[in-house]
Amino acid sequence: MIPGAFDYHSPTSLDEALSLLKQHSGDAKILAGGQSLIPAMRFRLAVPTTLIDINRLADLRYIEERGDHLAIGAMTLESALEDAAVVGQSYVLLHDTAAVIADPLVRNMATVGGNIAHADPANDHPATMLAYNATVVAKGPNGERTIAIDDFFTGLFENALAEDEILTEIRIPKPSAGSGGAYTKFERKVGDYAISAAAVQLRLDGNTVAEVRIGLTNVSAVPMRAPDAETALLGRPADAGTIEAAGQAAAAESDPSPDLRGSIDYKRDVTRVMVKRSIEKAVARAKGGN
Amino acid sequence: MSEHEVTVTINGEKVTKTVEARTLLVHFIREDLSLTGTHIGCDTTSCGACTVLVCGKPVKSCTMFAVQADGADIETIEGLAAGGELHPLQEGFWEKHGLQCGYCTPGMIMSAKGFLAENPTPTEDEIRHGISGNLCRCTGYNKIVEAIQYAAEKLQASEGGE
Amino acid sequence: MAQLDDRKEHHSELGEGVSANVPTTDEVQIKTPEKICGMGHRKKRKEDPRFLQGKGNYVDDVKLPGMLYMDIVRSPYAHAKINSIDASAALEMDGVLAVITGEDLKAAGDLHWMPTLMSDTQMVLPIDKVIYYAQEVCAVIATSRYIAADAIEQVYVDYEPLDAVVDPFEALKDDVIVREDKENKTNHIWHWEAGDKAATDAVFNDAATVVKEKLYIPRIHVSSIETCGMVANYNKAREHMQIYMTSQAPHAHRTVFALVSGLPEHKIQIISPDIGGGFGGKVPVYPGYVICAVASLVTGKPVKWIEDRSENLQADSFARDYHIEAEMAADNDGKITGLRVKTLSDCGAADAAANPSKFPAGLYSICTGSYDMKAAHVEVDGVYTTKPPGGVAYRCSFRVTEAVHMVERMADIMAHELGEDPADFRLKNFIRPDQFPYKSPTGWDYDSGNYEAALNKAMDMLDYRALRKEQEEKRARGELMGIGISSFTEVVGAGPSKDYDILGIKMFDSAEIRIHPTGKAMARFGTKSQGQGHETTYAQIVAEELGLPADDIEVEEGDTDTAPYGLGTYASRSTPTAGAAAVMAARKIKAKAKKIAAHLLEVGEDDLEWNVDRFQVKGSPDQAKTIQDIAFAAYTNHPQGMEAGLEAVDYYDPPNLTFPFGSYICVVDIDKGTGDVKVRRFVAVDDCGHIINPLIVEGQIHGGLTMGLAPALYEEIVYDENGQNLTGTFADYLVPTAVESPKWELGKTITPSPHHPIGAKGVGESPTVGAPPAIANAVVDALWHLGVRHVDIPITPEKVWKLLRDNGVTD
Repeated sequence: MIPGAFDYHSPTSLDEALSLLKQHSGDAKILAGGQSLIPAMRFRLAVPTTLIDINRLADLRYIEERGDHLAIGAMTLESALEDAAVVGQSYVLLHDTAAVIADPLVRNMATVGGNIAHADPANDHPATMLAYNATVVAKGPNGERTIAIDDFFTGLFENALAEDEILTEIRIPKPSAGSGGAYTKFERKVGDYAISAAAVQLRLDGNTVAEVRIGLTNVSAVPMRAPDAETALLGRPADAGTIEAAGQAAAAESDPSPDLRGSIDYKRDVTRVMVKRSIEKAVARAKGGN
Repeated sequence: MSEHEVTVTINGEKVTKTVEARTLLVHFIREDLSLTGTHIGCDTTSCGACTVLVCGKPVKSCTMFAVQADGADIETIEGLAAGGELHPLQEGFWEKHGLQCGYCTPGMIMSAKGFLAENPTPTEDEIRHGISGNLCRCTGYNKIVEAIQYAAEKLQASEGGE
Repeated sequence: MAQLDDRKEHHSELGEGVSANVPTTDEVQIKTPEKICGMGHRKKRKEDPRFLQGKGNYVDDVKLPGMLYMDIVRSPYAHAKINSIDASAALEMDGVLAVITGEDLKAAGDLHWMPTLMSDTQMVLPIDKVIYYAQEVCAVIATSRYIAADAIEQVYVDYEPLDAVVDPFEALKDDVIVREDKENKTNHIWHWEAGDKAATDAVFNDAATVVKEKLYIPRIHVSSIETCGMVANYNKAREHMQIYMTSQAPHAHRTVFALVSGLPEHKIQIISPDIGGGFGGKVPVYPGYVICAVASLVTGKPVKWIEDRSENLQADSFARDYHIEAEMAADNDGKITGLRVKTLSDCGAADAAANPSKFPAGLYSICTGSYDMKAAHVEVDGVYTTKPPGGVAYRCSFRVTEAVHMVERMADIMAHELGEDPADFRLKNFIRPDQFPYKSPTGWDYDSGNYEAALNKAMDMLDYRALRKEQEEKRARGELMGIGISSFTEVVGAGPSKDYDILGIKMFDSAEIRIHPTGKAMARFGTKSQGQGHETTYAQIVAEELGLPADDIEVEEGDTDTAPYGLGTYASRSTPTAGAAAVMAARKIKAKAKKIAAHLLEVGEDDLEWNVDRFQVKGSPDQAKTIQDIAFAAYTNHPQGMEAGLEAVDYYDPPNLTFPFGSYICVVDIDKGTGDVKVRRFVAVDDCGHIINPLIVEGQIHGGLTMGLAPALYEEIVYDENGQNLTGTFADYLVPTAVESPKWELGKTITPSPHHPIGAKGVGESPTVGAPPAIANAVVDALWHLGVRHVDIPITPEKVWKLLRDNGVTD
């Protein structure tokens, strides 16, 4: 209930934050929204001796379309994502996701960057960003670099960031004409993590699936795509039979752990259903419906 | 273990206190500022009894450190009735019997206040989702929804004023 | 609208012999104008202003000078020997004053054990071993909450884990003994029976149809948003202990404290201030309370203990945990003839359920429900397991939730088995209105009821027959829709002194009313509201009787120094007991008021009649004295030879319990992909007799319905095979939000209680009793054609999914 003691820093510039991170390497944790970190600290599961609060880095809060991609500052609040007109119009998968992360109060503190950097397969953004083929931008003492999302998640709660780097931006390629995306999540109640969820972003050529990426939530140790499901769809007509096949493939390649949310068999089957429903919605949106 | 001076504007009044870095905002409000209207109901950021407005946004004050609120504007339930007159939300909860034991009520009302500021003409479904971060055991939520609908109408009628 | 007879004054008379035909209406009776606001008015609550402005006074809001804080070290094992407790590191910390262990409590006068409300014993702090996960092991007293939290991390306990016993059927084998302290080394605690076994067996032997089913009703936790806590404040100079406590029964707690601690009862004051929800969870005496009081005694300083949510969920009293085997018999005409029930009650590590002492299985034998049948027999066995003790802490009316869940499931199984519509089956089998007062096969005297009126009303409200047609059409298309009914009979208002006591203290309740010279009044009660609105409803009752405006009556509860002795608020008993006491006390005042009025008007008492708020001369209504005139006169112009003042106390011993009832209908749609159950509609028709405040009654019903939905679909305390609690936080113990909770639709009928002075029955727990079987019945109804007969609650999507897939149904 009460966290252990720690030293607190509240840098006002990214450079200051980076230098603090280097100074306290190994002992320090970045405090972004804190909606995952603080609960862990209250149960003393996380006991950092130093906290670097980056909430004052106002420069990292933005949602901007820059030509061929959407650039989201790492410290953008989930609630801001939910409200952003450009997201609602052109990045509908992301809009779906933003509305089902935790609950509305948590979304007023939680950040997009924090959600991704935590590398928790139970969080909703990892699967979404995988579906979008997003790019992560990181800044360290040696400057800025980009990391493809497919390379970003390296293990359970592990990401490709170096210890002295901070995630600063996430870039989502702008979907081209004929695209559609959707996120479908099944949870025990509002605010819970998913029993399973599927993020689908696809492009149709007529009725044929020309491009597709699928990300799955909470059915693996590391946030995963569903390559077999993608293969089942690619180049095929988006009809009921193909969609069912894709769902079954996703179920088979998922790797859920049994827990209070469900047995392995149940989670696999829910994965099948989530993938199907996301594909159906994405197809409808690609065709101009909603 | 660092200590910090924290200055907040709490219900319009500027206050400065020195606290340990680890002091949760909810404890700061209840103990250091002696405003016990904001309550604690859980330890997993699940119940929302601790909801206050920080810079106008409803947040769970148990999942924030007081030091993070340095320089911020905080509104708690105690600040809602302006000049002795109840806020439309307080009125609505009273008229519609939106509370029983009263324990979730401050958090519920502050959450609703933040919600209505963003969505002044909500549907019932939107209200239910809007307060889904706040648990109530007593009311079964029906009359909380009616209370918020009452307040929404009243706030709209007074032409967006509050 | 039918006339009600004048309520006769009852004191310890049985309800039998009273008019068998109590008419049913559906219009709330209002006899007073709004400015007086007696019964029936939708009065806004008088207690709300402080809550709305954050000015409630809950236990954690109490701050006393020099106050210390207590935190508790808890066992990570369900069953383990304690080899040693090393608190030296904790004691070295700045701000840590003391660490209290079982040895310390033993030395202080054998305080390491305490009696439970069922006359068993329970450890306050252990010396030899722990017997449930999260059991209190020792307590730290420090100068701040934060230091106390740090200090508990610095206490090192050397445990030697033992085998846990989590399954009550395993426990019955006595391979692992939970209570080594008992003389009889067995986990079997008690055996209890009700009904006539021989007659029941005979009925079953003759039956045309018998249905049999096993039902498990798992452990759940009440999870009031405020957890439990205490501020104990021992004043050494006055030798006086003042306690602020989250207590639903402060007087009973005071007496228990006096008996356990040896402190004289007149030197103990328990204040139950504002309570953030009780529902039964704040009736037991938890070890934390005792340790906190001892800590204050020892330090001479105020000590605060407020439990975390995880402590509350993991260690405090649970509810349910009944393993039931039930059989129902019917004749050739589909009339229920008998019920036979065997049940295993998993009590945890002590028999500590807050039942009336003669009822180890509470009021479970109400289980013949709303149905007329020839015979019934029910037997229950209680068993120890290595889990926290408790049993009735979740708005359950003393096990009526379990009884009704069972009989409503069995009635539905029987109806479906016979191919009859579940509504028609119930209408055929209900106890008829002319059978009241009704003696049930297990010995209950039902006071009044009109079950067919309630069910018919519920059916009308959602056009039941049309829904059945829709179901047929959907089923033909492979869509899964279900309709579930629950027609329950509740039993509340414990209770008549000849049968009901808690630790020997009879279950009367009390009211003390005093009217001041200027016509304002104070009314104090032995009950304690935790959100039920007593400050308003009791005022309305007194306003109705005495014509004083409800706003002029200040209601107080919860301070044992000033309130008359009572047994508290739980099991929906307040209106039946203390509400009745308020009426009787008011009538004593009215009798005196009449004498004063006669004196003032210089007429005989027989010349006077009462009219809302005044005594007036019969035939000459302008010759009148209002209650305010009379109050003033009671202090300034009372008749010579009469005592001055205008007050009365009543300790009400109810002649019987009361029997609220209702019919609920639930419509569900099932997602064939995920197994998710969506409640499309839920109609609840309740009958709680005469209604004091319809607004408050609606609120009670909505709240109870959500607390019925919760165990039906979401909530369950889960232990692993080592007795570790897997659902010990709100992250996994799933309390419904406004999204999961449907828009409840309410209806009502009013069939007054013939023995209650104002015909009221109590209502708080009816919905928690009635809702779960309505939902369970709806789900099974949706799946019956697939061969499904029963699903245990909570009906999770996975359970439904498995039934679908096992029966070849997919999306």
